[in-house]
Amino acid sequence: MIKIIINGTECMVEEGITVLQACRNMGIEIPTLCYDERLRAHAACRLCIVEVEGKSNLMTSCSLEVYEGLNVQTHSEKVMRARKDLLDLLFSNHPNDCLTCDKSGDCKLQDYCYEYGVARGTYEGEKRSLKIDMTNPFYYYDPSKCILCGKCVRACQELQGTSAIELNGRGFETHVGTPFELGINKSTCVSCGNCVSVCPVGALMPKRSKYIPKTRIWDQREVRTTCSYCGVGCQINLVVKDNNIIGVKPLNVTPNNGLLCVKGKFGYKFINSPDRLKTPLIRKNGKLEEASWEQAYAYIVERTNEIKEKYGSDAIGGFASARCTNEDNYLFQKLFRAVIGTNNIDHCARL
Amino acid sequence: MTNSIEDILDTDAMFIIGSNTTENHPVIASHMKQAIEKGAKLVVADPRRIEMADYADVYLQIRPGTNLALINSMIHIIIEEGLEDKEYIEKRTADYEDLVELVKPYTAEYAAEICGVDAEDIIKAARIYAKAGKAGIFYAMGITQHTLGTYNVMALSNLSLLCGNIGKASAGINPLRGQNNVQGSCDMGCLPADLPGYQKVMKPEVIDRFEEAWGAKLSSKIGLTLSEIMDGAADGDLKMLYVFGENPMVSDPDLNHVKHALENLDFLVVQDIFMNETSEYADVVLPAASFAEKEGTFTNTERRVQRVRKAIDPVGDAKPDWMIFMELMNRFGYEKQYNNPSEIMEEIASLTPSYTGISYERIEETGIQWPCPSKDHPGTDYLHKDAMARGKGLFFPADHRDSAEMADTEYPYILTTGRVLYHYHTRTMTGRVDGLNEKVSESFIEISENIAKELNISDGEVVRVKSRRGDTETKAKITPIVNKNVVFMPFHFADGAANMLTNTERDSICKIPELKVAAVRIEKIV
Repeated sequence: MIKIIINGTECMVEEGITVLQACRNMGIEIPTLCYDERLRAHAACRLCIVEVEGKSNLMTSCSLEVYEGLNVQTHSEKVMRARKDLLDLLFSNHPNDCLTCDKSGDCKLQDYCYEYGVARGTYEGEKRSLKIDMTNPFYYYDPSKCILCGKCVRACQELQGTSAIELNGRGFETHVGTPFELGINKSTCVSCGNCVSVCPVGALMPKRSKYIPKTRIWDQREVRTTCSYCGVGCQINLVVKDNNIIGVKPLNVTPNNGLLCVKGKFGYKFINSPDRLKTPLIRKNGKLEEASWEQAYAYIVERTNEIKEKYGSDAIGGFASARCTNEDNYLFQKLFRAVIGTNNIDHCARL
Repeated sequence: MTNSIEDILDTDAMFIIGSNTTENHPVIASHMKQAIEKGAKLVVADPRRIEMADYADVYLQIRPGTNLALINSMIHIIIEEGLEDKEYIEKRTADYEDLVELVKPYTAEYAAEICGVDAEDIIKAARIYAKAGKAGIFYAMGITQHTLGTYNVMALSNLSLLCGNIGKASAGINPLRGQNNVQGSCDMGCLPADLPGYQKVMKPEVIDRFEEAWGAKLSSKIGLTLSEIMDGAADGDLKMLYVFGENPMVSDPDLNHVKHALENLDFLVVQDIFMNETSEYADVVLPAASFAEKEGTFTNTERRVQRVRKAIDPVGDAKPDWMIFMELMNRFGYEKQYNNPSEIMEEIASLTPSYTGISYERIEETGIQWPCPSKDHPGTDYLHKDAMARGKGLFFPADHRDSAEMADTEYPYILTTGRVLYHYHTRTMTGRVDGLNEKVSESFIEISENIAKELNISDGEVVRVKSRRGDTETKAKITPIVNKNVVFMPFHFADGAANMLTNTERDSICKIPELKVAAVRIEKIV
């Protein structure tokens, strides 16, 4: 442990951590746009700057390691003014369209502009205007909203391990792109959407579809659950509006550490599919016809008892489901063993 | 998995065999790539040049059905070069001599001939695995869906024990399970010989315990496996089938046989969230709630019991599966009531030793990995830490044998099956997502340039594929990822169904069908 001074308060911190981590451990909020604890420090957005005693320049706290006797100011007047200037620069080259932007309410640029009192960009002149990449079926990239924090590029490379996207172009023309500018859908992109999940602004956004109504974040709720596809068991938040699932967000906890695949991130639309089974059906004269639960239960009990009486319990079998819960499966085998009286239970573990 | 997913990040070497990890367990594949970035070595063995092969230090493009020869040969090389963990073998294992004896003939050259790879590469692979401090094995259905499936798994266990990789962090043998709760449904006793917690139905003390807890008379006769149930239905011995959340009319081998079996039933109940190919044959269809509409738990591939939470109300009159089963039990005259799934978990914990310490309260934030034998036990991140569950780790060697069906003049190609990234099992869920269908919209067969030339087939051309069991039409996809006489089809699609062709021949011990090897011929449609 070493001793440092943050905002005049002495504190003991672990060696090897950054000033940003030390501040966060102490509950001091420092704004960041390009920082992600899972990624290597990038120091691109500069918002995390702090004033360090003995240094003439403001330093980025995400890339500055703590050292014995370090004395920093995280919210001095100089720091606050510089952060406001940085936000002003970013917003001056950003469409001022929060009123119609899907990200509104969930946008870090918007949050910080609010916090630092940046009402509009004061640097007048040309704004970046590049084509929106709509080629991927699940998400789009709007370069005019991109703040070039590089989180998407680094998540794709360092976390997902796909390296489909890169920062292309130079200077004013810099944007997130793919080799030879062929569009995301012709790249090695596997549509995992991990870039979308880390984007702090409205540049990388899930596409809306006819099943997904326009909603504001404050009209949505999120429910934590476990993904229902493969056996990894990724932890997710289902985004809910009324009785519809309208999105999925990964959680940065074990076992997925904030990552998802294309099915987990975008494959939820079956839930509210219009052709979901909504009522029991009983076959009559060769056709499946709608029935009540009581009719269905009574029919199943009657037929099961008939077959059991005539052929014995072992003439009955059940296939359980590797997609349903432990509780569902437990009761299914209990129904078969304790009530119907057979061990003829299996499921698709072998398939 | 004996070990944990996050463990992968700190491993020294990985041996992936029979798992197309980037497509079937993408998030685990990302962890593997992060480990490689940190310096871990990688060996990949698969009949197809899958994406992970690009990251491998050694890639072995083995013929389908030759896993056992490869693994035995790696063991042979490790022993010959003295790379085995002698102290571990001495302290923690039994019957080592049997292994030494059996692998004697499996020289690199001998296995190379069987597997269709370079002997030199087998030696390299063996050295990478044996010389790593912590080496993990990762496998999936490419190992298990063979008539030698059980022996393949045992062979991986032999290899792992040989190098002291069981009972160690960031190592182990790690089956990657393909469905969200396949681990849990096995744990819950949805197996013909197992009550919850793998307690055997033929043991009188087990039956006594459950009879007392459930207040019912139980059968101690081992039930039928899935494929045996299908056979029973086809033969007329089995009269009634209740299927929930499963679609055998696409997922099971030899669909002509499945169709005949389902048609032959007196009574079929299907409970699902959608109509599917199986429910077309049902006498009663029950509408179930989806995972987003109910409370419960799933147990993932690393044995972690995690919460599932209700986000929306069930659509229409659909009900959660547990509620349907409870209400049915009640109508059969079995009175037990549960107010919510949490009460079911309490009963599970009271009867399942490995789940004893698990309750909803404890897994609210982070799931717990079983075994969790008491309420204050933290769960188990890797198994067999100080000793094997059975005491000593037993070597269980077996010889390689040919698959049930081999290529011949009539059926000259070997078909192997699997999944693609964009779909899940029989597409009842993913088939309803536009973007996923846009990515992969229909069935296809991967063939090599050689086969394409031989048969004068062009890319995208619809071809007829035939096996001894049936035939199907699908689109040819010419690709360098398969070679020689190996072809591949995803099994997701009901149209152009791969399982029209697959073999029902089973592993003699665990009864898994040999879905990964079937002899086929391909015909140009004129």
